[in-house]
Amino acid sequence: MGEFWSYTPSILAGTWINVACGLTALVVSIIVGMAAALAKLSGRPVLVGLASGYTTIVRGIPDLVLLLLAYYGGQIVVNAIVEALGSDEYYEISPFTAGALAIGFIYGAYMTETFRGAILAVPRGQLEAGYAYGMTASQVTGRILLPQMIRHALPGFGNNWLVLIKATALLSAIQLEDMVRKARLAAGSTHEPFNFYLFLAIIYLVITAVSTWLLELARRRYSVGTQR
Amino acid sequence: MDFGLILQTLPDFLSGLWLTILFTVSSLAIGLALSVPLAIARSSPNPLINWPVFAYTYFFRGTPLFIQLLLIYYGSGQFEWVKASWAWSVLQHAWFCALLAFVLNTTAYTTEILRGAIEATPHGEIEAAKASGMSRFLMFRRIILPSAFRRALPAYGNECVFMMHGTSVAGLVTLMELTGVAQVIQSRFYSPFEAFGTAAVFYMGLTFTIVAAFHALERRYHRHLRPRS
Repeated sequence: MGEFWSYTPSILAGTWINVACGLTALVVSIIVGMAAALAKLSGRPVLVGLASGYTTIVRGIPDLVLLLLAYYGGQIVVNAIVEALGSDEYYEISPFTAGALAIGFIYGAYMTETFRGAILAVPRGQLEAGYAYGMTASQVTGRILLPQMIRHALPGFGNNWLVLIKATALLSAIQLEDMVRKARLAAGSTHEPFNFYLFLAIIYLVITAVSTWLLELARRRYSVGTQR
Repeated sequence: MDFGLILQTLPDFLSGLWLTILFTVSSLAIGLALSVPLAIARSSPNPLINWPVFAYTYFFRGTPLFIQLLLIYYGSGQFEWVKASWAWSVLQHAWFCALLAFVLNTTAYTTEILRGAIEATPHGEIEAAKASGMSRFLMFRRIILPSAFRRALPAYGNECVFMMHGTSVAGLVTLMELTGVAQVIQSRFYSPFEAFGTAAVFYMGLTFTIVAAFHALERRYHRHLRPRS
């Protein structure tokens, strides 16, 4: 076991990379999801079509395949653009950037459905009342729509986050130096793979437990004044 | 897009597709069979029966499928007593470890889906069954399970899609299902769009097939919920 503890610091440092990549992806997914949800509710055929196409295609393909496509394909696309701009430098996309963007883009599709439902759950009369008071569209969104839709979006949002953070286990497939990669190296050199992979599983259980606790706090905060 | 390359590698993709379907169907079938008794145990008020099942579903739902696969495939080789036992004759095969991980994973999710559906049974139905003198077994068989399966249908459809997508991690442990085939083609020709794009199209086809199948099932079994015209 002495050998085991000598590898744990590097794995725990890798945990931070997974969490940071997951949180970056979460921000991307919120932005993309909100934009696509508003597009779906806009009633304009082109926007509705684009948003529906995006959610249908992304949800039809495994995370891992999209991740590999984004990493290897992104490399080619970026360098084709650079070349078209007249530069002959070779750009390399970092696994972190490719991973965070790809996972954010994937879970943006799941967020779209969550946000769409949450927006629809806010009574229309309240938004109309806001407009009647002379508020602008952004004021109605910021003061009336967002604070109330958060309560309806939280359960779905929480589920999406729990699936998203587990998807970061796949980042080692695109050469990210994350905790899974560190654990694989440690497993290889100590011949104790079970211990290290169990350690990863426990780290994920801790992340899940902490997330669930934070989400419960948020749920209480945003359901003040409502009955269960 | 080099369609010549796609055409040339199509036989590999088709055999990969077959393995993906095989993994999906067998893990879902075994998982469904295991999760019915587990869901009944999980909804038991007795903590000695309920807790072990909860511990199992909590572990397998709280950790990534890929880690579970690593734990089973590489982890089992750490112990001499496992290697000495009969279990090693199957555990040394990547396909068996992948199937085991998929079954354990989908069983955990399906158990919780079914538990939710079982616990949502209206009290009146259970009281009526008891009042008619049904035994526990008969009550589960005739009253609770049939209506629980109906309620679980939409969530189980999602689980089937997730499980099918989940089989892609088998490609990370040398198995030649769709993603494994795509990875080999990528490394041989360095053409990610042809490799992963083709795999993606096949996965989308499978997803739409599952979704359509569950739509048909819901049309049939949720007929009583449709608005009357």
